[in-house]
Amino acid sequence: MKEISMHSGRVQKAPENFLTPSGVKQVFAEGKKGRRDFIRHAFAAAAAGAAAPMAMAQGNPVPTEGGDPNILNLPEHATGLGQGVAADGYGKPSKYEANLQRRQSPGLTQTTQASVSFAPLQSLFGIVTPSGLHFERHHQGWWDIDPSKHRFMINGMVKKNMVFTMDEIMRLPSVSRFHFIECGANTATEWGNVAVPTVQYTHGMISCSEFTGVPLITLLEMAGADLKNGKFVLAEGGDGSSMTRTIPMGLITSGEVIVAYGQNGEMLRPENGYPLRLVVPGVQGVSWIKYLRRIEVGDKPYAAKDEAIHYIDLMPNGLQRQYTNIQEVKSVVTTPSGGQVLLDKGFYNITGLAWSGRGKIKRVDVSTDGGRNWRPARLETPVLSKALSRFNLDWVWDGKPAIIQSRAQDDTGHVQPTYQQLRAVRGTRSIYHNNAIQSWLVQENGEVKNVQLS
Amino acid sequence: MSSFRDAVLAVAWLTAAGLATAQSNKFPGVGREATPKEVAKWDIDVRPDFKGLPAGSGSVAKGQDVWEAKCAHCHGVFGESNEVFSPLIGGTTAEDIKTGRVANLQRADYPGRTTLMKVPTVSTLWDYINRAMPWTNPKTLTTEEVYAVTAFMLNLANIVPDNYVLSDKNMAEVQARMPNRHGMTTAHAMWPGQEFGGARRVDTSNRICMKDCKAEPKVASLLPDYARNAHGNLQEQSRTVGPQRGVDTTQPEPKAGQPLSAASAAPVAAAKPEKNESKAAIALLNKYSCTACHGVDKKVVGPGFHEIAKKQAGKVAYLTEKIKLGGVGVYGPIPMPAQSLPDSDAKLIAEWISKGASK
Repeated sequence: MKEISMHSGRVQKAPENFLTPSGVKQVFAEGKKGRRDFIRHAFAAAAAGAAAPMAMAQGNPVPTEGGDPNILNLPEHATGLGQGVAADGYGKPSKYEANLQRRQSPGLTQTTQASVSFAPLQSLFGIVTPSGLHFERHHQGWWDIDPSKHRFMINGMVKKNMVFTMDEIMRLPSVSRFHFIECGANTATEWGNVAVPTVQYTHGMISCSEFTGVPLITLLEMAGADLKNGKFVLAEGGDGSSMTRTIPMGLITSGEVIVAYGQNGEMLRPENGYPLRLVVPGVQGVSWIKYLRRIEVGDKPYAAKDEAIHYIDLMPNGLQRQYTNIQEVKSVVTTPSGGQVLLDKGFYNITGLAWSGRGKIKRVDVSTDGGRNWRPARLETPVLSKALSRFNLDWVWDGKPAIIQSRAQDDTGHVQPTYQQLRAVRGTRSIYHNNAIQSWLVQENGEVKNVQLS
Repeated sequence: MSSFRDAVLAVAWLTAAGLATAQSNKFPGVGREATPKEVAKWDIDVRPDFKGLPAGSGSVAKGQDVWEAKCAHCHGVFGESNEVFSPLIGGTTAEDIKTGRVANLQRADYPGRTTLMKVPTVSTLWDYINRAMPWTNPKTLTTEEVYAVTAFMLNLANIVPDNYVLSDKNMAEVQARMPNRHGMTTAHAMWPGQEFGGARRVDTSNRICMKDCKAEPKVASLLPDYARNAHGNLQEQSRTVGPQRGVDTTQPEPKAGQPLSAASAAPVAAAKPEKNESKAAIALLNKYSCTACHGVDKKVVGPGFHEIAKKQAGKVAYLTEKIKLGGVGVYGPIPMPAQSLPDSDAKLIAEWISKGASK
């Protein structure tokens, strides 16, 4: 979109032919309307670039005209009246942010209803994923369910089988907690070799939100659950796929498992299970049952379809690991990352995300030479249990090739493994639970590539 | 366990039970007892020990009829199709049925993993079909049909003979013949708690090394050049402001010293204008799950809408009838089942296709 290329925060040094065709068109269209200085400055900026044939943008020098036209010519927004309140009853991101979308990985699935979309980690800040960019995983499509008709049932080894309306669940004492949710198959395409270009596709099946709801233990106690003999709990969805998973009792009795209706200050998004989903901190996303309709207490595990056909980890000896739940310690640098191009040599803030399904992140180290030397990164607050943590590290890029890695350790002492270490145990066919250290190659031309070392 | 500990535990349990009663008084007016009818309608899960399995039976022959009417268009006539979902049947042998371990799972060169290769428990198969199939109309099969379809799949995998009638009485017999019944392990550290025994140690033990560490020395894998644009133009997938841009993958990678096009301002992908009538038709495609089998510009199970539009331009009445009644043979051997939707909606979709199926 033409005006966007003209409104970049940086003085463009590109030669004239780098104006996009639509940009050129706008230049002439504006010219016809008599805004001659617009043309002059646009082409002056382009011409200034021609004097410097090298690739990279060059900081922020004073343009040839003695000043930046973005400073010298006051824009419309500085000299006019802006828009009124409630122009949009539910505000949206700036139109300049339209490139940030959750996206499908081409060829991964044949349908959109049994598929995934990946969150654009390369462009996100902090630890909270905007709800509209939260990754999606649907098995049989998503629904927008009328909350007045949604019911939640508890049965099995309980004194009293119970039914709750949404009104009733929302009347109970609630908790709000930040937790990551990661699909067990996040980074699955990378087990054998590099297969996708950007961090959106390598690691984008993770998101982090503040969830609000009622601890499941509260509801189980209301039903008089037999917590001594009832060692296993089944959670079931109310949609077409009616996902079922066996939920670890230890996480329920500790109060961590939440029957949630809130996400980032509002209700859950339909794609994320509106009006009710299970939050199982530290456990892979498939257990966070969406459209939650039922909890059953039992004395044996359930071997649900997603515990006996899917979401099982094939080991090199041909055995499949069943009931693998915990998302182990993992981290990834989101900038610089694959598919990006650095604009220039000089200072950069290496930034990324770290998480562990076992607790808090204790430390993250970053290497820029492919793992030979490491520096401790700054862990930004808050550092919460089973939530994303943001790390940052100062870096001056000298323009030479660099291989960027991050290595996280959680508060159980577990250190994120290299690919070599992980493959030595799990081979390359396990699909799920790839938490290996990621490498990004920064090339001399500034382009960053997804690579694996050996 | 000492009798003292027993006593303490018993007291603890009594206290917990007492608490549970007290708790229910703690939130008066919240929740009510579920009726037996309600529980029966929703409590449909079937465990490996067959708890929850309803009484009933279904034959392989009946299963074949149901399969061809309701399953084959996604999974193929023999459960072998890889078009929409991974294949269900194949890769298991008579020897596997004896040993209870699917030998092909140990082969790194074996190309795929079918459902019957993976699944250890026949209860899972029954439960899967009962709760989630057919994919576009889950929970619409009768109990007999679920038994029958399960029997048919087991027959395709040579686990039961052609004349078999599967029932709640003989499921355990079948379980003893499941090809991968001994193929699972819970000896890992990735279940929180000790319910499965599990391993206490994690798989890997990387150490914190900060200087002159042993590193993997060379780049062993990266995307080939021909895949540069396989995920679309990465320039349009990144923020247009900040320390970096997305790379313009529509252009070949420049040599060092040449300008990178992404260094110019990256454009925001222009939103495509949507026509209202297309929007209405596309909403209906989603509503009636047409898109489960038809892509707009690509073949999925059935032909893409563009392909149909090319062949049947202007034929609104013909297309309306085809949507309502289904058909076979025009685009291939996989039949399209009849669709139940109001005539007005079928006509709206037909009109949209007849005009070219534009987005």
